[in-house]
Amino acid sequence: MSGLALAPDRAAGPGRRPSGFARRVRDAGPVLVLFLPPALVLFTALVVVPIGEAGWYSFFDWSGYGVPTHFVGWRNFELISRYPAFRIALGNNLLIIVVSLCVQLPMALGLATLVASRIRGALTFRMIFFLPYVLADVAAGLIWRFMFDGDYGLAAGIAHALGVAPPYVLADPDWAIYAILLVIVWKYFGFHMMLFIAGLQGIDAALYDAASIDGANRRQRFRRITLPLLAPTIRLSVFFSVIGSLQLFDMIMPLTKGGPADSTQTLVTFLYSFGIMRMRVGFGSAVGVVLFAICVIFAFSYKRLAMRDA
Amino acid sequence: MRGNPERPAAARIGRRGLLAAAGVGVLAVSAVRSRAFAADTTIRWLHLEINPKILKIWNDAAAEYMSSHPGMQVKLQFLENEAFKAKLPTLLQSPDAPSMFYSWGGGVMRAQADTGALRPIGAQMDKAWQSRLNPAALEAFRYADKIWGAPHQMAVMDIYYNKSMFQKAGVDGEKIKTWDDLLDAVTKLKAAGITPIAVGGGDKWPIMHWWAYLVVRAGGKDALAKATAGKGGGFVSAAFIDAGRSMKQLADLKPFQEGYLAATFPSMLGQFGDGRAAMVLSFSGTYQRQAAAAADGKGLAHDNVGLFAFPAVKGGKGQPTDTMGGINGWLVSRNAPPQTTDFLNLVTDVKYQTQTAATGIYLPAVPAANDAIADPLLKQAADELARSTYHQNYFDQDLGPDVGRVVNDQTTALVGGTATPEQVAKQIQEAWDLNR
Repeated sequence: MSGLALAPDRAAGPGRRPSGFARRVRDAGPVLVLFLPPALVLFTALVVVPIGEAGWYSFFDWSGYGVPTHFVGWRNFELISRYPAFRIALGNNLLIIVVSLCVQLPMALGLATLVASRIRGALTFRMIFFLPYVLADVAAGLIWRFMFDGDYGLAAGIAHALGVAPPYVLADPDWAIYAILLVIVWKYFGFHMMLFIAGLQGIDAALYDAASIDGANRRQRFRRITLPLLAPTIRLSVFFSVIGSLQLFDMIMPLTKGGPADSTQTLVTFLYSFGIMRMRVGFGSAVGVVLFAICVIFAFSYKRLAMRDA
Repeated sequence: MRGNPERPAAARIGRRGLLAAAGVGVLAVSAVRSRAFAADTTIRWLHLEINPKILKIWNDAAAEYMSSHPGMQVKLQFLENEAFKAKLPTLLQSPDAPSMFYSWGGGVMRAQADTGALRPIGAQMDKAWQSRLNPAALEAFRYADKIWGAPHQMAVMDIYYNKSMFQKAGVDGEKIKTWDDLLDAVTKLKAAGITPIAVGGGDKWPIMHWWAYLVVRAGGKDALAKATAGKGGGFVSAAFIDAGRSMKQLADLKPFQEGYLAATFPSMLGQFGDGRAAMVLSFSGTYQRQAAAAADGKGLAHDNVGLFAFPAVKGGKGQPTDTMGGINGWLVSRNAPPQTTDFLNLVTDVKYQTQTAATGIYLPAVPAANDAIADPLLKQAADELARSTYHQNYFDQDLGPDVGRVVNDQTTALVGGTATPEQVAKQIQEAWDLNR
């Protein structure tokens, strides 16, 4: 292949300058031939084909064994809407998005402005805040499950020290989701903080100097310089927050598995426990299609509305 | 090279180097692969056992087979219980499918057999092999007139109790014969400041078994068979509603440990082993399991643990000697090496079954091995099984993965107070209809 690609190169004499496009193809040709197929094959086999397959399976009542034969039309989609657990999951996903945007994001931004400056100890704090993000989701879930445990965990220890009855937050259908929200914020604010730090470091320090000379106070500098110049990063952070919330799964499984009484289901845990665990791959695929549609609609409309100039 | 300034020499060498490296890589991979193909036949044995005593027996069996059959490899592969259930459908259809794997029989096995993922083994099962197995256990692996697996262990569910806690509350465990006796015991234990029962509501099935046993007691041995056949009102028949009401009676006494809705099966056993709850409904071998799950790794003293059969209900059609429990075996997958059956014969041999019985963890599927049971609690369970007038497989396994999970969800909701006995019955019926 590379021999073929090299041939026109030798033939190109000084009298025949190739046009811009042809030249680009000629230059990129070998690279394309060598490097595009692996990526293209992998992407097709691991992303495009499964998406298509899931769409196909979603119209079948299928256990996952053999080939799907029992065509049921739109029944799987009708069934989804009949599950109270699905509505709870959808509500929880919205709640997680709201908390990500209203609590986690301002917190990450605030901390980023504090630790982005070159003061003593800033680097240490940056690392400490980022540490939860490095941890695997499942590990974090297991650790927090132990913390919340009312028998032997941290919650039990604190309750014992205070002389009150230990709480069992994860067993309480009303409170379990808030315990999970706490873990989510704890786990991911560091990542968003890092995004903001990178954004802040891209802002020219001369702007702040000029503003100070003009008599702008700290707050004015934040509102007039930091926020507008950080806008692309904030938009990116919002995007990650929303998509991450929609995909939330591996932290919930060790914490509550979606229980008690389905109060902590998300779309993906719903898909897993009502589709895969029940060997109803057709139904699970239908949930996957719904989730995919939500993600795609969000991603494209967000890109159109918010990230046009980014 | 110098005549072509657009293309630095380094780039060319780089590209050639890359190609060369790729070529070497391909050669290396194919060399490794062809060697793997030329070598031994491998029996992949997928299990979900975590107890080192049992694993040692299995490894010994594998070693014995490999030494007597040169060129054969036996590889034990482990998956955690929940992961096993989730991954098996995909695994069975891949080229890396296990040759033999764990099964509870019932609806899941039937679904696997229907789709051609399994290979029947009855033809290779000789007289000697068949006759040494417990007939009920072997029957559990018969479907569509074929034998699909070899049973290796059995279990009976009983109520295990902490003797000193019972004594403190003035309850005699051996006198609990009816559901009312049990409710009475719960009230007394509560009055004595003791948590009466530990359950694993997070895993749901530990709660389901209470309800399922009530169904068997109320409706008798054909309750489930009739419901699945759609006779006598199906799952909304009196037996199921009555079981739900009895369960509600128990739940209304608030007998479970704090936070039981988030507790797993191991943490339920831990509660019992740590002496924080007086009773658990659990499998034979619970003594060993509670010790492993206890905070100190030892748990309760052996003479402090007693067991009694699940109590009878008033006006119930079931016999007090009807038992509920599991029958586990090894199924053989479609493309397994032909030697797998031969190896399975060895694994379920009297020798290894005797060793299994001696661990006190499982009841063997070979009755001749029962003599090796030294643990008095396991002996008691073995006797119950020997006298059993009817042995019911676990509901969630028998009903298959989908309806089984609905049963788990609904019974947990019943105990948690978010569903009524009637709603539970109706939801199960709906799920069942949907699967027809």
